Amino acid sequence: MLDWLHIPMPPAPLLFAQLLVGLINGAFYAMLSLGLAVIFGLLNIINFTHGAQYMLGAFCAWFLLNGLGIGYWPALIIAPVVVGFSGIVIERVFLRQIAGLDHLYGLLLTFGLALIIEGGFRQAYGSSGQPYTIPAELQGAQNLGFMFLPNYRAWVIVASLGVCLATWFVIERTRLGAYLRAATENPVLVQAFGIDVPRMVTLTYGAGVGLAALAGVMAAPIYQVSPLMGTNIIIVVFAVVVIGGMGSILGAIVSGFGLGLIEGLTKVFYPEASNTVIFVIMAIVLLVKPAGLFGRAA
Amino acid sequence: MPEAVAANELLRVRELHAWYGESHVLHGMDFAVGEGEVVTLLGRNGAGKTTTLKAIMGIVGQRTGSVRYRGTELVGLASNRIARQGIAYCPEERGIFASLDVEENLMLPPTIRPGGMSVDEIYAIFPNLKERRRSQGTKLSGGEQQMLAIGRILRTGANLLLLDEPTEGLAPVIVQQIGRLIETLKAKGFTILLVEQNFRFASTIADRHYIVEHGQVIDMIRNAELAQNLDKLHEYLGV
Repeated sequence: MLDWLHIPMPPAPLLFAQLLVGLINGAFYAMLSLGLAVIFGLLNIINFTHGAQYMLGAFCAWFLLNGLGIGYWPALIIAPVVVGFSGIVIERVFLRQIAGLDHLYGLLLTFGLALIIEGGFRQAYGSSGQPYTIPAELQGAQNLGFMFLPNYRAWVIVASLGVCLATWFVIERTRLGAYLRAATENPVLVQAFGIDVPRMVTLTYGAGVGLAALAGVMAAPIYQVSPLMGTNIIIVVFAVVVIGGMGSILGAIVSGFGLGLIEGLTKVFYPEASNTVIFVIMAIVLLVKPAGLFGRAA
Repeated sequence: MPEAVAANELLRVRELHAWYGESHVLHGMDFAVGEGEVVTLLGRNGAGKTTTLKAIMGIVGQRTGSVRYRGTELVGLASNRIARQGIAYCPEERGIFASLDVEENLMLPPTIRPGGMSVDEIYAIFPNLKERRRSQGTKLSGGEQQMLAIGRILRTGANLLLLDEPTEGLAPVIVQQIGRLIETLKAKGFTILLVEQNFRFASTIADRHYIVEHGQVIDMIRNAELAQNLDKLHEYLGV
């Protein structure tokens, strides 16, 4: 098939293995860029703390397991609630003060918060990761004939798709989502209709942060639970958000999974470019369609 | 000119000042609206009519003075609390949301008290909206967008409607429709405070007119006495 390109067809197991890795990475890109998109839409803040909050989710699960003996399944609920609540505090104490100012202030503030949170955890736990075991129910793998699919990874793909679809549904198809979309466009008028927009902003930030923490819990058994895990992923996630279109929910989901897959394929066909391919795509998208693939031009 | 209003006073504005940042726009507005009345604010561009509606709604930068609705002081309340008292606002730019379809736009303002019109009643008044209920809100024509902007605040149960230039930029036949609509609403018991540039239109529907100049009410004219006051009015409005 690819003979005319003079690229040798890779062996099938390698191809499928990298596609799986790509899909897993894509699942996390999608969940994280989703939270960023929701927050950016309503708060107009580029939440650079997002990676740290993802890391907090993973650490929260780790504390729950090693400190309190609470396992993976309860952690899927508890960690997002706890970290989401910390987000509510951040919104009330910090972000509210700079609402309405230029993007740059929000970016610098959340970037500073990320440095403080991640620095504190690195001080306390070092930069090497802590292992988090896969829950007993999801150990093992399925033989699909052409490859082995670890059960936990299958779960992550299915669960993250479910999370993405549920978020999309809430925002695009419910009354609450209509409030969110309307307040993104014209918060003053929405509030003048009798809706408590400041409270909605706080809860939305909390929910977006909770989504990052949920991704962190799901990531804990796959990647090491490390203070730097957020830093590693967040730059790519920002590229994904730019490609999908700032504030676009569908864009975040599609480009999250899509770019994960492209990254995986690049590892097969041209490994040297696998770390940069997403940024190359970002540059091209910015040149051709600055609002992103799914973004509305302002 | 606050005197001589009907006994059942719904809205009372006293010494209302408002600012946008450094610029002082309202300089002590004084007027009142009785329950069931249609009252207009007339005046030249920049007189402060739109700002008055925004100040009642609590969406200007800063305001002082007093706005009482059914005796409750509104200055100091957040705009969502003001809306919940029973006041609904239709802005000059209409404020139709592009990311919502027509029906979502219509359903957006929450019900604040019982007694609002049902969606079916609203669709009966505006059949166009029903036909196009799945269209993006901003894809409607200017007239339809105005219908949507008014229609959506009829659902909420609010009793006082603040309408900012509902006829602006619309074809004469649509202006007539809106005039009939306002009459219908008045018959249903709504109280309406209307900002208008189009004084001919205002004279067909209003009970009283307040003349606004430099952020103050300088005169009040009853619609019934309009004929005797036409010269004065032309002088005020510069028409």
